[in-house]
Amino acid sequence: MHTLSRHIHPGWLIIAPLLVLVVALYLGPILNILWLSVTDPEPGFGNYAKLGESDALIRIVWTTVRICIITTVFSVTLGYSIAYAMVHCHQRQKNYMLTLLLVSFWISILVRTFSWLMLLGRKGLVNGTLENIGLIAEPIAFMRNELGVLIGMVHYMIPYAVLPLLVSMQSLDTRVMDASRNLGASGTQTFWRIYLPLTLPGLVASTLLVFILSLGFYVTPAVLGGGKVLMVAEYISVQLLVTLKWGTAAMLAAIMLAGVLAMLWVMSRFMKLSTVFGGAAR
Amino acid sequence: MADLADTGSLQVRSVSKLFGTFRAVNDISLDIQKGEFLTLLGPSGSGKTTLLMMIAGFLDISEGDIALDGSSIAQTPAEKRNFGMVFQGYALFPHMSVRDNIGYALSVRKRPAEEIRSRVDEMLELVQLQDFADRKPGQLSGGQQQRVALARALCFAPPVLLLDEPLGALDKKLRVEVQEQLKDIHRRVGTTFIYVTHDQEEALSMSDRIVIMRDGAIEQVGTPQELYERPVNQFTASFLGKSNFIQQNGKTCALRPEKIDLRKGEGHSEARMSGTVRSVTYFGSMQRVIVDASDGTEIEVDIDVWRNSEPLDVGDAVDLLWKDEAAVELQTG
Repeated sequence: MHTLSRHIHPGWLIIAPLLVLVVALYLGPILNILWLSVTDPEPGFGNYAKLGESDALIRIVWTTVRICIITTVFSVTLGYSIAYAMVHCHQRQKNYMLTLLLVSFWISILVRTFSWLMLLGRKGLVNGTLENIGLIAEPIAFMRNELGVLIGMVHYMIPYAVLPLLVSMQSLDTRVMDASRNLGASGTQTFWRIYLPLTLPGLVASTLLVFILSLGFYVTPAVLGGGKVLMVAEYISVQLLVTLKWGTAAMLAAIMLAGVLAMLWVMSRFMKLSTVFGGAAR
Repeated sequence: MADLADTGSLQVRSVSKLFGTFRAVNDISLDIQKGEFLTLLGPSGSGKTTLLMMIAGFLDISEGDIALDGSSIAQTPAEKRNFGMVFQGYALFPHMSVRDNIGYALSVRKRPAEEIRSRVDEMLELVQLQDFADRKPGQLSGGQQQRVALARALCFAPPVLLLDEPLGALDKKLRVEVQEQLKDIHRRVGTTFIYVTHDQEEALSMSDRIVIMRDGAIEQVGTPQELYERPVNQFTASFLGKSNFIQQNGKTCALRPEKIDLRKGEGHSEARMSGTVRSVTYFGSMQRVIVDASDGTEIEVDIDVWRNSEPLDVGDAVDLLWKDEAAVELQTG
């Protein structure tokens, strides 16, 4: 026991069962998917080659990337304003805002998606009201298109965008902003030259977080897109459950995984940068 | 650069600051001469930083007025006051190089790049950081960061420089060194310096005048020597240096420990007090002796070890002597 504990920290023995579980139940299936993507239906890179041949596939990937980029831009911009307001208002208002944010964070994505359907559908609250007061003759098509998907996704993503930004803004030394004003910089100059650069790590973190989460969106495009907006996650599910082309599904999953890992790597570099900034601020 | 010859005097007129009903600064009036090195000295909570923040424009003035060269600046926002400031903890811009930090004030004023460059070079030379221009603040030592903060605040030739405990984060040895540099820089740039500290040694060694503050009000204003030699009350006497308080002719007097002569044995003809030694503490350059005086009070005496080689022991009977002018009569309690 003594010699053993010299080589292996006893803590490892305690977490060993969990470690085995994670490897068996998590890494195993992932490796299996990677394996499937190059062996089904036949060995080779045929599935990956489809990405260059099939227009439908390319369109789906492009739709996914485009929707994710638009979602990210709107969520992070709105999230930045919300986080800024939260950091700079009174403590009581801040608590209200945080509660509202977390409540929407905790509500199931299905509930939130269907509420949008009730609000913005052809016979929903918004169209009904506008028609009744005579502002519009025909209902506006909010749903069953890309706009609907974007509204639903941005709404879902805002808490994810706000939280990293909030942390980043709260850890800022406010005297640095005072110093900027004292040196004669206007509010706008202080924001662009000091505040924004110093919250950049938080901005990058929140951008990547939102983008990565958006990539895997399934419920919202399926419900609010009404089958007209096909994103990768939904397509994978169709390939698995309907057309039974597991190789294609595995290939798409592998590509998404690679994309996400690449972005996480970028993110980890920025997170390290953020500690460099934070350490230097004092 | 603006000509500093005729600007930089500051008038503080009956200024108060209220937080709710609490008066952090209470009816302070002060005339600061151009080019002066003025120190606001006081314990924490005395209102010295609050007063400085009002001068800088970061806090509104609740009552009274502050004027620069006679014209009110109470309504001028901080960014328009053109006062340099060295913040507690320096508040350097961590994402900018030393050069960009120092040139920031000129850069936001949209001065030509060439002018900024040469002015920053001048500043780097003033604080002797020529070799560090391209470093980030995080790569500098505390003392170097302090000098960057100083150069940044002086770069646009402000008429007034405000310093909020700028040496607080430095260790004692470095602090003495930086005090010398600060004094030297003050002499060279001719800017009015308003310096906030709770460290009496800093205040004594650098200031032209010291303002001693307590509970938001001024206790006494004067040159370091005036304050040390002629404190008006017990607070000043004990805050600036050490002091014994004795009753003489029915009045309370302050008596500095180094102005007392201590003689071993009793019965000296000019002895003012006698007592027994309670403790002797050795400080290298001097010895601090605490004497239980016969009237029940406790008297501290600082003895020059070099000139008083007679060894002292706890319990020794001693006589205490001092000249008339050594005891300073206090005006108020």
